[in-house]
Amino acid sequence: MLPLTLNNLCFAIDGRTIIDHVSVEIGSGPRTIILGSNGAGKSILMRLCHGLLRPTAGTLEWRSGNGDPRRRQAMVFQRPVMLRRSALANIVYGLKLAGIDPTERELRARDVLEAVGLAALADQPARVLSGGEQQRLALARAWALGPEVLFLDEPTANLDPGSTRDIESIISAIHAAGTKIIMTTHNLGQARRLGDEILFLSEGRLVERSPVERFFREPASTEAAQFIRGELPWQ
Amino acid sequence: MRQFATIIFFLAAAPCVSTALAVDNFIIVSSTTSTENSGLFKHILPLFQKKTGIEVRVVAQGTGQALDMARRGDADVVFVHDKTAEEKFVADGFGVARFEVMYNDFVLVGPKSDPAQVTGGKDIVAALKKIQSAQAPFVSRGDKSGTHAAELRLWKIADTDMPAAKGAWYRETGSGMGPALNTASSMNAYILADRGTWLSFKNRGDLIISVEGDQRLFNQYGVMLVNPAKHPHVKKDLGQAFVDWVISPEGQKAIAEYKIGGDQLFFPNAKK
Amino acid sequence: MNDLTQAFAAAFKLIGRLDPELLGIVTLSLEVSVTAVMIAAAMGLPLGAALAVERFRGRQAIVVLLNALMGLPPVVVGLVVYLLLSRAGPLGSLGILFTPTAMIIAQSILITPIIAALSRQTIEDAWREYEEQLCSLGARQLTAALTLLWDTRYSLVTIVLAGFGRAAAEVGAVIIVGGNIDGVTRVMTTAIALETSKGDLPLALGLGIILVGLVITLNAAASLIKEAAQRRYG
Repeated sequence: MLPLTLNNLCFAIDGRTIIDHVSVEIGSGPRTIILGSNGAGKSILMRLCHGLLRPTAGTLEWRSGNGDPRRRQAMVFQRPVMLRRSALANIVYGLKLAGIDPTERELRARDVLEAVGLAALADQPARVLSGGEQQRLALARAWALGPEVLFLDEPTANLDPGSTRDIESIISAIHAAGTKIIMTTHNLGQARRLGDEILFLSEGRLVERSPVERFFREPASTEAAQFIRGELPWQ
Repeated sequence: MRQFATIIFFLAAAPCVSTALAVDNFIIVSSTTSTENSGLFKHILPLFQKKTGIEVRVVAQGTGQALDMARRGDADVVFVHDKTAEEKFVADGFGVARFEVMYNDFVLVGPKSDPAQVTGGKDIVAALKKIQSAQAPFVSRGDKSGTHAAELRLWKIADTDMPAAKGAWYRETGSGMGPALNTASSMNAYILADRGTWLSFKNRGDLIISVEGDQRLFNQYGVMLVNPAKHPHVKKDLGQAFVDWVISPEGQKAIAEYKIGGDQLFFPNAKK
Repeated sequence: MNDLTQAFAAAFKLIGRLDPELLGIVTLSLEVSVTAVMIAAAMGLPLGAALAVERFRGRQAIVVLLNALMGLPPVVVGLVVYLLLSRAGPLGSLGILFTPTAMIIAQSILITPIIAALSRQTIEDAWREYEEQLCSLGARQLTAALTLLWDTRYSLVTIVLAGFGRAAAEVGAVIIVGGNIDGVTRVMTTAIALETSKGDLPLALGLGIILVGLVITLNAAASLIKEAAQRRYG
């Protein structure tokens, strides 16, 4: 279903422009990191791509393929939303909505729980898990759907370093298993560790697209250069 | 959204289905608070049910309301005490025929301190005049009940057009006999009450009987079957059986036997 | 003070000798109010969930109306139901006036708006938290509403109990549509009204104490179950 093509995509609320004529083609393969300062429109852009918001102008197209593109993507949010049921049931719930055969749901759910290291907590109520465990569960719930594209909106913003490492390695594993990763983050170290390419947003506009290495070494735009300096003042 | 509408519709319809499966061997008698509160029905109805197997369900309200309820067809039999209103009820075709059943009497109840100086008298009209000129607190039912109608008639004989002529001392409570007595008891006011309710009333405070025994305090009860010609669903046979029984020697005897603390409350006087 | 002492004495005496008439009245009270609250929950909860999740024209008006209807005067409900069920009314042929069924209908009408309005608020708050996640997983409105009903179940229990409390405590509606018929439609509240009108204030208050005790017991039990479940399921 990739590439995803955005053509002059705009989004405004109450007359305030948040996404301003963004045109870009996001292909399969590399891990795409969306960077930008607070209010640059990162999360909104991601929600537009995922279909949670509708653009006020411009178009957004997935390559026509087999089936509904909505069914073949998943998203993990900054704050995981867990249903009041067991960890296992949370994953089964997602699989049920995805139309997965009932007999297969639990098997798949147990597999992904194993993969994110939560097999022992399968029957625990999801809401009493720690923040890090809940985010791992959210990743598992998304992964279980076998998405072609996984959107991640600041997935480690609320977590301690240990949990962050766990999440990062799971994201790497998901990518290694063939899923396209599109992610926003505040953490430049994480962008370096996890990203292959950077989309840099400033005031709703896409000002730069570069491979990670080059973006940090010699940003092409002054906005990006300022941003990197601001975020990493010791450099 | 359509699924919701369907679910809600079925749930709303469900309780209506499980209705008309109750036993049918009962009648609804629309009666007054005075008969119910005095405990008369608790005494006589089991005797009737034992004899006929008919269960009598009494809805007790003021006479005006009780007649209204029967006019709407919500009762099979009416058992009340306001002769004028009852005769109109029958004349309008809502009742089949009126039978006199029993009487008791009204009493003027008032505070021991007796601010209007009426206690011990036999003349109710003179007493009311005194209360009016003393502007002593007086509680009226004000609910179009039989007792209320009787009170207004007595005021009329005393040359006062109540409630048009009322002053601050005359309080209309718009409530049943019991609640009105509760009000009078807490205000230390005079009040016209039926003897039955007074005898069984427990929250008397400083109230005592001030005036009793006047012929004009006579309180006649009548019973009538609601006209099946107006309301075809009226349980004609069961209702008539009840009417026949209360005016029969057996029913009359049961009424006479009901006593509270040795006092007879109702005096049967069916003309048969 | 003497009255209160007498009232407690009357209450304990009635409970102590398991007065059969009292038992009948208590049973009927519970039957009527529990049935009414079940019907009201069956209508009010889906309605609340639908209003929380759906966006359509006139929604805000319905929400305002429901909130206002929470304060429906029982007497008015009783009167309307009476006029509907009266022989002279449109549903008179059912012949259910002065039966427990009529009382259940009146109480259901009285508390459905309470359950709908309060659950709408609770579920809408949860929806704000869940919306993106559920949409991301592909949940449609109906699925979302059902999920939210289940996920807010602990709060909803409290709401349903509030509805029960209101039903069990009201007298205005049931005395009109039930008629307070001895042994048929006499419930706790109408019995209290009757004893009050007889001037037997201690007995009336004694019955009141028993009613309040029952409602407290029921709420305590529900709250214990809720606490335990919440500890377990988060």
